Amino acid sequence: MNVIEVKGLKKSYGQVHAVRGVDLSIPAGEIFALLGPNGAGKTTTVEILEGFRGRDAGEISILGFDPKTQGYAARQWRDRIGIVLQSAADAGDLTVIETVKHFSGYYSKPRNIDEVMSAVGLEDKSGALIRNLSGGQRRRLDVALGIIGSPELLFLDEPTTGFDPEARRAFWALIEQLRGTGTTILLTTHYLDEAEALADRVAVINDGLIIEVSTPAGLGGRATSQAIVSWRDGSQIKTEATDNPTAVVARLSSHFGGEIPELAVIRPSLEDIYLKMIGGRDE
Amino acid sequence: MNKLPSALKLGIRRGGLEVRQFARQRESVVFTLLFPVILLAIFGSVFKDTIAPGVTFSQYFVAGMIASGLVNTGFQALAITIPMERDVGGLKRLRGTPMPASSYFIGKAILIAVSMIIQIALLFGFGLLFFGVEMPTELSKWLTFTWLVLLGSTCSTALGIAFSIVPKSGRGASAVVSPIVIILQFFSGVFFVFTQLPTWMQQLAAIFPLKWLTQGMRSVFLPDSFATQEVAKSWETGRTFQILVLWLVIGIFFSVRKFKWDRD
Repeated sequence: MNVIEVKGLKKSYGQVHAVRGVDLSIPAGEIFALLGPNGAGKTTTVEILEGFRGRDAGEISILGFDPKTQGYAARQWRDRIGIVLQSAADAGDLTVIETVKHFSGYYSKPRNIDEVMSAVGLEDKSGALIRNLSGGQRRRLDVALGIIGSPELLFLDEPTTGFDPEARRAFWALIEQLRGTGTTILLTTHYLDEAEALADRVAVINDGLIIEVSTPAGLGGRATSQAIVSWRDGSQIKTEATDNPTAVVARLSSHFGGEIPELAVIRPSLEDIYLKMIGGRDE
Repeated sequence: MNKLPSALKLGIRRGGLEVRQFARQRESVVFTLLFPVILLAIFGSVFKDTIAPGVTFSQYFVAGMIASGLVNTGFQALAITIPMERDVGGLKRLRGTPMPASSYFIGKAILIAVSMIIQIALLFGFGLLFFGVEMPTELSKWLTFTWLVLLGSTCSTALGIAFSIVPKSGRGASAVVSPIVIILQFFSGVFFVFTQLPTWMQQLAAIFPLKWLTQGMRSVFLPDSFATQEVAKSWETGRTFQILVLWLVIGIFFSVRKFKWDRD
């Protein structure tokens, strides 16, 4: 059974059709990225799945529950999921450890607190007041609170916005660790390198519809699209589009008798493909 | 089915956390807890006369200050701070956990009850030492006092949580909430002798709980002979109880049905 199963999801705000019929199937253990420009319906979709918003039409099963579920059943459901929201700046007067410990008390089988603290790299900050944390440290606390209940499914919303490159790498390593524990992760991001580094599959959403679901490497026919081989021939830069770049390189190599001047083999980047898919409309 | 901690147990834990957070905000601790004492000092120094044989204005004012402390500490504080918590995403995060809403509400009720108890202790201390305030001696009066504080504090908490849905943002909350409370205090006989207010003011005030809390507190701190000077010529203790329970039910109903965890 899939952890997330969505069929025909629709949601409008007045005249604006934010989500116009989204289908998603995400099996257990997968890291799935939802990519899309602002206003594409990404946040609306995820917030419906998280149970924060209602929907107009469609069927949803998250770990076998409908996110509309209320009462004790909703608590049972939330016991098995973790949510890391875009921004939370609350509880500044509590220390990191107090907060993590308190949240662990909400769940039926919380993870070990020390383990979580070291997984997110906050063991040295456990006694610090939250308001004295840096942006990156705060974000790691958000993740700690998201995973403290040992969730089977984790929602990560734009997790590394505002991170410096080093902090992002560290964060990615943390997500890789979670992959190791078998946690299913639904990640929304507008960083393509992030989706490429982490996701098993990506879905591109635009204008309230999913336009493609694929592996990051295969998105938009990227894996099979023609490569561009370029090199210097005398004073000129020459290029050749080909399905068989290796053959072209071999040919050139024998032509030049070894080293090919300024050789480059270029495939369209995920960004090139993505921008083409969403019609150049980003942010 | 996973076995989840009970709503009450989590509510008590949330209460502990709320109190701890409150205690760390030094400025607001001092202001919230000492504000009634400061008002008592001001009014007690200005009005030195007696308002009835053996009843000083300070004595009358202590009753009003405890009653309005219940409204300030509960209703006003919550209707302002909950929208702030909502603005910074704290409530949405809680919504995403298995913690039930009732635990959050219980936590707030504990916070308000604890700060009320401290506030009253300070008011008693200063009142006794500097303003000649006399404490009731009969057990029945202390019983009335106890249920008034507990019911008043819970009612004020519930109404504060319910009213937190009205301000659109934390920044604007104070501008919406504070005038209501101040007007209610004037109308309910906190700062003036209630029976000296215009009749329409008295009647309007009688709809809201503060008037009844103030009157109830007067029944504790003023001699029973003063009851004849009330509007109904009696303390109306039973009526006070009924009206506070009614408001408590209204507060709980809106808190449970309409509480907003998220800005939109």
